[in-house]
Amino acid sequence: MEYSLLILVTPFVLFLLLGLTGHKMKHHVAGFIGTLGMGLAAVLSYVVAFQYFFVIGKTGGIFKELIPMSFEWLRFTDKLHIELGILLDPISVMMLVVITTVSLMVHLYSLGYMHGEKGFQRYYAFLSLFSFSMLGLVVATNIFQMYIFWELVGVSSYSLIGFYYQKPSAVAASKKAFIVTRFADLGFLVGILILSFYTGTFDFGALTANNAELAVTSMQGLSFMGLSIGAWAMALIFMGGAGKSAMFPLHIWLPDAMEGPTPVSALIHAATMVVAGVFLVARLFPVYLFAAPEVLTLIAYIGTFTALFAAIIAVTQTDIKRVLAFSTISQIAYMMVSLGVSGYGGHDGVGYMASMFHLFTHAFFKALLFLGAGSVIHAVHSNEMKDMGRLHKYMPVSSITFFIACLAIAGIPPFSGFFSKDEILAAALHHDKLIFFVMLFVAGLTAFYMFRLYFNIFWGKEKEYDNHHKPHESPALMTVPLIILAIFSVFTGLIPFPEFITADRMSFAAHIEWGTVAIPSIVVALTGIVIAFVLYAKGSEKPAQIAKSLGGFYAATVNKFYLDEVWMFITKSVIFKLISEPIKWFDRHVIDGAMNGLAWTTQKVSDSIKGLQSGQVQLYVWAYVVGSLVIAALVLFF
Amino acid sequence: MIKMEYYLIVSTLMFFIGIYGFVVRKNMLAILISLELVLNAVEINFAVFNRYLFPGSMEGMFFTLFGIAITAAETAIAIAIIINVYRNIGSINVRKINKMKG
Repeated sequence: MEYSLLILVTPFVLFLLLGLTGHKMKHHVAGFIGTLGMGLAAVLSYVVAFQYFFVIGKTGGIFKELIPMSFEWLRFTDKLHIELGILLDPISVMMLVVITTVSLMVHLYSLGYMHGEKGFQRYYAFLSLFSFSMLGLVVATNIFQMYIFWELVGVSSYSLIGFYYQKPSAVAASKKAFIVTRFADLGFLVGILILSFYTGTFDFGALTANNAELAVTSMQGLSFMGLSIGAWAMALIFMGGAGKSAMFPLHIWLPDAMEGPTPVSALIHAATMVVAGVFLVARLFPVYLFAAPEVLTLIAYIGTFTALFAAIIAVTQTDIKRVLAFSTISQIAYMMVSLGVSGYGGHDGVGYMASMFHLFTHAFFKALLFLGAGSVIHAVHSNEMKDMGRLHKYMPVSSITFFIACLAIAGIPPFSGFFSKDEILAAALHHDKLIFFVMLFVAGLTAFYMFRLYFNIFWGKEKEYDNHHKPHESPALMTVPLIILAIFSVFTGLIPFPEFITADRMSFAAHIEWGTVAIPSIVVALTGIVIAFVLYAKGSEKPAQIAKSLGGFYAATVNKFYLDEVWMFITKSVIFKLISEPIKWFDRHVIDGAMNGLAWTTQKVSDSIKGLQSGQVQLYVWAYVVGSLVIAALVLFF
Repeated sequence: MIKMEYYLIVSTLMFFIGIYGFVVRKNMLAILISLELVLNAVEINFAVFNRYLFPGSMEGMFFTLFGIAITAAETAIAIAIIINVYRNIGSINVRKINKMKG
């Protein structure tokens, strides 16, 4: 399996190639090189996935961890050293497939979408860098390697959000995304250090082996402020995951990140990077479950709240990409909830399986939704719903694929989202009724806001389109990825996930609980769709009236519950005023003062003695003779 | 036999006369002569200590001979420099040789 290294090396080489020599290439040359390279990586990941799942991965009913490559990078002590390597296990192989597939689709789509943009080659270079870092993140053999790639992912996300760097809003958004996630990563780093300090290892295999025995025993009986050390470490690590995966209250960067080009949103802010937090929790799942179960409960509740919160906001947004962004937050929260309510072996572990399942299906239909939205934006040159309407007539392919994705995310069988969401709801039902009912409600909201989006774009009232600029279907380069992703969105739900990806790596048979879970969720989803149909399909005045009757609550949701303002207040008035200003004063006056004083004294002293260096050798000799006489006298008489 | 101290008194006198001349004279030739006095005082010391303290060995004498040779070479160079300085500046007063001062 050593060839799996090529999956990582290819995008990295492409990044170097396009980054260093891209500006000399023609646009389409750079684009095709990037796309071909990504295609190679995708084919290789399919081969790896096939090999792993069907040929060599399974021994004795368990999918084992394979480490085809690993070398020591840094050695701190005999026990504590950092390796760089490739770890293949069910979730990392699944992620390889997801990332390379979505990335390939985005590369292909961008050939059309970014056509003629300034900085086209730079765009492809950063796409390659992002793919490389994301792939490195999922195959990391230890938590430190994951951290390195985690940051690389953050950097490439930063540069892609800020791709239109002449636009101040894009610059602000990229900075916001970087700073918020960096802030979360601070917790992640501290968590890593605590965990590795007590367990003495960074290695995922050692950490999770035998039901996380190492983490449990090494941190037994230690507690800090009423929580065990293990819980602290894992909660801090989760903080990093929450930052990347946009969990409340660290979600504020994701809606703004929509300033980047739309394909970038599809790749980074829908399918791959934002699920890194889910992946992190899944990767360390045994440690969470056995060493810090209280953190897992916390994750479940944070996830539940975030899912509800983001879904409510998504209902009122008018920028189509922002609707999708909040929908992404909500769906990722589903995955988090699912992990939070999961147990370990056999059917208890259905939550873990469902989380990975939803990650897998969500990646395709959400990428499809974003690319579809990109196609619409490409045609209408606006992100606002009010500029769209009746687009089905002009853009049938985009419309139909978007419709399929909406059905998938709403959870209508037999589309993929139904199967994964159903498993999540089933896991929640068996763990905590409250979570189940909230998530069921969120499922209804999801269906409602997605179809609100769909009807507003493709149905509704026809807008006055400029005659010279009638909306038209996007070129084949853009519609082909849409069609491929639509096919994925329809059929990936049929993959028997419990066969391949489970918490304890043993297959189990999952079944759909029609009576208690599936039927209610379908009914709720259909209700949401019907309400959306009634309100938006014909473009009636009712939505405005309802908004009016809701008054303050409506205004609050439109303004995302003023969380941006709350964060602004916290940073500006609390952190800046109360912490940064005094520290700044200390720096300016005490530290700078001491340094300036030292320099001033030195200058004065040297001014006063510089006359001694006259260049008159005779004077020097005089001083020398007198000096040596004095020293001789001192030696002789004292 | 003459006592060693007499030789040492002579050499000490020569040494300090030389130092005095080196410090106070402004004429470069005078400074060079003073330097010669200092060097010769040292050479007298070499010879005297060798003669009185280690009569069986000859190292001190050899050092004296070396010293004389080096002094001769050094004098030649110094005079060459002084001649050149005179040609360039028209004076051999050390106070006036400050063209290279920054």
